[in-house]
Amino acid sequence: MKNRIKAVLGMCLIALVASVSVFGQASEFFDPDEFQRQMELLNVEPVGPADQPWLQALDPNYVSTTQYAKEPPWTICFSNAGLFNPWRVVGYETMMATVETIPEIAEFIVLDAEGRDDKQISDIADLVSSGDCDLLIVSPNTTAALTPAVEQACQRLPVIVFDRGVNTNCPVTFISPIGGYAYGAQGAQFIVENLPPGGTVLALRISPGVDVLETRWSAAEQIFKEAGVRVLGDEFTGDDRATTKQIVMDYLNRFGQIDAVWMDAGATTVAAIEAFEDLGFDIPIFVGEDQQDFLVKWAEEGLTAIGPSYPTFQWRTAVLAAVMVLSGEDVPSPWRLPQPTVTQDNLEQYLQANMPPQHYAFCGCEDLPGYPERWGGRSN
Amino acid sequence: MKVVVQPSRPQLWRRIPPVYVILVVITVVAWILVELYGRGSFFGKENIANILQRSVSLGIVSVGQTFTILAGSLDLSVANMISVSAVMSSYIMQGDPSRVPFAIATVVLIGVIVGLVNGLLITQLRVNPLISTLGTGLLLQGILSASFRNFAGSVPEEFQVLAYGSIGPISYSVLMFIIIASIGVFILRKTRFGAHLYAVGGSQEVSRLSGLRTTRVLLGAHVIASLTAVITGIYLASRLGAGAPWVGRDGVYDLESIAVVVIGGTALAGGRGGVMGTVAGVLIFAILDSMFNLLGVGSYLKQVLRGLIIIAAVASYSIRTKEEVS
Amino acid sequence: MAKLQHEVPQANAWRTVVTAIGQIFRWVPPIYFIFAAIMIGIGLTNENFFTHYRNTLNLLLQAAPLAVLAAGQLFVIISGGFDLSVGSIITFVVLGSSIMLSGNPEATYWVIAMMLGIGIVVGLFNGAVTHYLKVPSIITTLGMMLTIKGAALLWSGGAPRGSLPAAFRVFGRDRMDKFLIWERFPHAVLILAGIGIVATLLLHRTNFGKQVYAVGDNPRAAALAGINVPLVRMICFALSGLFAAIAGVLLGGFSGVSTQVGDGYELRAITAVVLGGARLLGGRGGMPEAIMGAITLQALFSLLNNLGLPQPLREAVQAVILISAAAYAVLRERRKA
Repeated sequence: MKNRIKAVLGMCLIALVASVSVFGQASEFFDPDEFQRQMELLNVEPVGPADQPWLQALDPNYVSTTQYAKEPPWTICFSNAGLFNPWRVVGYETMMATVETIPEIAEFIVLDAEGRDDKQISDIADLVSSGDCDLLIVSPNTTAALTPAVEQACQRLPVIVFDRGVNTNCPVTFISPIGGYAYGAQGAQFIVENLPPGGTVLALRISPGVDVLETRWSAAEQIFKEAGVRVLGDEFTGDDRATTKQIVMDYLNRFGQIDAVWMDAGATTVAAIEAFEDLGFDIPIFVGEDQQDFLVKWAEEGLTAIGPSYPTFQWRTAVLAAVMVLSGEDVPSPWRLPQPTVTQDNLEQYLQANMPPQHYAFCGCEDLPGYPERWGGRSN
Repeated sequence: MKVVVQPSRPQLWRRIPPVYVILVVITVVAWILVELYGRGSFFGKENIANILQRSVSLGIVSVGQTFTILAGSLDLSVANMISVSAVMSSYIMQGDPSRVPFAIATVVLIGVIVGLVNGLLITQLRVNPLISTLGTGLLLQGILSASFRNFAGSVPEEFQVLAYGSIGPISYSVLMFIIIASIGVFILRKTRFGAHLYAVGGSQEVSRLSGLRTTRVLLGAHVIASLTAVITGIYLASRLGAGAPWVGRDGVYDLESIAVVVIGGTALAGGRGGVMGTVAGVLIFAILDSMFNLLGVGSYLKQVLRGLIIIAAVASYSIRTKEEVS
Repeated sequence: MAKLQHEVPQANAWRTVVTAIGQIFRWVPPIYFIFAAIMIGIGLTNENFFTHYRNTLNLLLQAAPLAVLAAGQLFVIISGGFDLSVGSIITFVVLGSSIMLSGNPEATYWVIAMMLGIGIVVGLFNGAVTHYLKVPSIITTLGMMLTIKGAALLWSGGAPRGSLPAAFRVFGRDRMDKFLIWERFPHAVLILAGIGIVATLLLHRTNFGKQVYAVGDNPRAAALAGINVPLVRMICFALSGLFAAIAGVLLGGFSGVSTQVGDGYELRAITAVVLGGARLLGGRGGMPEAIMGAITLQALFSLLNNLGLPQPLREAVQAVILISAAAYAVLRERRKA
C-alpha cells in the first residue's frame, strides 16, 4: 500500500519535473519582419474618406470582383466565431445595423460557433451546403483550424474573412487593422517615453496562446527589453475583473510600488486602476484600450495614459466589402484598416458619457440606425 | 444519494432507455418547427449528415465517461486529455504519413498512463474523484501549455480522411463513433468486466465483500475514459489539421460529457444506465444545435432554451422513478 | 494514544504536554494545517506579508465572495446534491443590478433585496425540480446555469450595460476607517464573518442542521424518521441561491461589471468545500472548514502569484497541491479510524 502511494506521488513529481524541463521550448511569436512592416504602416496615410475610417485602406492593392457580380436581392451568410466578449458584441451590433441600411441584402444568415473550432467548421459546411448563400463572411475562431473549411467554401462561393486571418489566399479579401505588433508597441513605447528612470512595469495579459494577443505582448516585451525597463512580471487575468484586481493587489503588497501597467486589452483596465486606489497608491502610467469606462476614468483622474485600439468598425467594413463584391466593384485585398489611438490630445473627442462602460469609442456606429440604444447607450 | 440499487443488468425488453422517447419527441418537434419557420429542410440528407457529424467528438468521449460514472466515479480531466492527444498526435506526425502509427501509439500510451494515474489516485490515495481528476486535468493542461502555445505540427493530408472521408453517405468519423459506441455496449452487456462495473457502481462496499476486485474495475473504467478522450483528440486533430492546447477546454467536453451521460439515464451515483442512453443524450444535444441553427435563434436565447430543455427532458422520464434523487 | 497513557501512569509533565499536543493535532481538521502551510509559503515568498495586518485583511477581502459561496454550497453538498448554478447567479446579479441601477442609484437597496430574492427563488426552483421531478441536481443546476447566464446575457445584450453605483459597491469594495483595533477594515470581511457565524450556528446548532445531515446520509431513513425531506432540500438550495446572490453583490462590488464575472465559480466553490473535508453526495462536512477551504484556495492563488511562475506551471503546481491536500486529509482520516 505504502509503496503504491509512493509510486503515484512519484509519478506526479516526475510529471512536474517534466513540465519544468520542457518549458523552455515554448515557441516564440516574435517575427521581426512583420513587426517592422506594421510599425511602418502606423505612419502611412490611409486612402479613403477621413470621416469614415471603416472605408479607409492602407497601401491598398485593388482586385477585380466582376466575376462575383450578382443581381440583388442577395442572401449573405456569416459564420461568427462567437460573441464571447464585449468587443465582439459591439462589433456584431454594428454589423447588423449596417445590414439594415442596405436594402439589397434580403437575408443575412448568422451562425454562431460559440468559440469552438469544431462547431465553426460544421457551421461553414452547413452554410455552404445549404446553397442559400450568395457570399460568405467568416470571422474565424482560430487561424490554422479554419483554413481547410474556408478553402472548401471558396470553391463554391465568394468568401470574405475579417479579424483573425486564415492561411490561404482563396478569400476575395481579408479585412483587418494593422495588427497586434503595432498595438503592443504603441503602449510600450508610451511607457518607455514616460517612465521615470529605474521605473518598474507590470504586464497584464488575457490568456496565453491566442495569436492576436501573443503578438501584442511579444512586441511590447521586445521594446521593454531594448529600453532596459524592469518588468516585474507578466500575468494572465483571463479577462476577469476580479482576478485582475487580485493580481494587482498581490503585486502591490509584494513590491510596494509599480510605475506603469501595460495591458494587452482594456476590458479590465479599470479594475486594475481600482486596486491602486483601494490600497491608497497613486495611479501610475496606464495602457488601456478604447473602452468608455477607461476613458471616463482617464479624464476624471487626469491619468498619464494611452488607448491603442483594435477598432470594432472592421465589422462594418466586412458588410460593405460584401456589397462591393456582389456589385462587382474593385476591393482592396488585403484590406488593411487604420488603427487609431486615443491619446491625451484627442481624449475629449472620444468620451461618450451616454454609452455603456464596455462600449468601444472606435465602433464606427454613430450614424447607424438605432444608435445609441442599440449599443446600450442613452440618447441625450 | 445513499439508496441501494440492485446491481443488475437491465432486462432484455427494458434495454431501450426511456431517453429514446425524449429523443423521438425532440426530433419531431424540431422537424415541425424547422419546416414551418426555419430555413432548409430538417430531414434533408445534408442536415442529417451534419447532425451526426456534430455528435462525433462529444459522442466518443461520452462513451468513455459513461464507464466512469457507472463505476460511481467521474472524470473531469477528459477535456485536457483531448487537448494533449490532439496536440501530441499532430506534433509527432509533422505532416508525415509514415509517423502516423508511432503518433497514435504514443498518445494511446499517454492515455493509458493518465487513466491509471486517475484510477490510482482514487483507489489508492482515496482522493475524491472530482478533486483528483480536476487535479490531473490541471496538471496535463499546465504541461501542455508550457510546451506548446499554438497549433503544433500538422497531420498529413492522408490522415485528414478520418475526419472528412466517407463511404457513401456515412462519413468515416460517424462510423468510428458507431463502432466505439457498439464496443461500449458490448463490454457492458457481454463481458465480466461490464457486470463487475455495474456491481462496483451499485455498491463498492458490497462488491468488495463479495470478492470483486473493485480497484481493477475502477482502474479499467478510468483507462477506458482516457482512451476515448485520446480518440476524440486524434479525431479533432484530423478535423482541424493540427492540435492546439485549447481545443478540449473550448469544447467544454468535461461538463458536457457528464451532462449527456446523465441525460442518457445513467445514475451519477453509479450502477445504473448504459452507453445506449448516452448516445441518445449526445444526439439530443446535436439535434437542438441544428434546430437552433436552422431557426436562426440568437446565441443567448439558445442558451436559455437549451438549459430548460435539458431539465424538462430529464424530468419527463425521471419523474416516474420511485427512488430518492439528489 | 489513549492506551499509551494507561500503560505509563507515571508519565511526566512533558509527556502529558506532548500527548495533549498530539490530541490537538488529531482533532483539528486537516484544512487548518493545509492553510498554515500555504500561509508559511506566502510569508516566505513575500517578506512584507506579515509585517502589517492589512495584507491579511486584503486576502480575506479577496476570499470573501468565494467563502460565502462555499458556505451556501456546503448545505447542498451535505444534503446530497450539487449546485452548479451559483456562478450564473453571480453573473445575473451583477449584470442585472448594473442595468437596473444605471441612472437611478437611489434604488440600490431595493435592487439588492430583489436580487437576493431572485437567488432564493432560483434555489427553491432547483430544490423543487430535484425533489418533485426527480431530476438529479447536477442536471437541474447545470440546466439553470445555462438558462440564468443566457437570461442575463439576453437582458444585457451580451455586454455590460450601465455601471454599479458607489452605494452598491460599498459592500464589496469599501472599508471602515476603524473596526475594533483594525484600521481600514473591509466591509466584505465583516459580512463574511457574520454569514460564517450564522451559517455555522444554523448547520451545527439547530434541529434543521441535524436534518440536513440526516437527509444527506439517507433520505429514505430521514423520511421514515419524520423529517420533511423536500422542505429540508429546498431550504438547502434556497440558502445556496441566497448566498450566491450575496456573493454576486460582493464580487460586483469588489471589481465592477463584466459578463464573465461568475464564470468558473461553481467548480471553485465545490473544490473549496471538498478541500474543507465535505463528502460529495452527502452526509459529511463542517461549516468552518468549508469557509476555511475557500480562504485556503484564495491564499493558494496568492501564493502562486507571489511565486511568479509562468501560468502553465502555476496550473500544474495548483494541481499537485490540490491532490496532495486531499490525499493528506484522507490519510489522516484513515489513521484516526
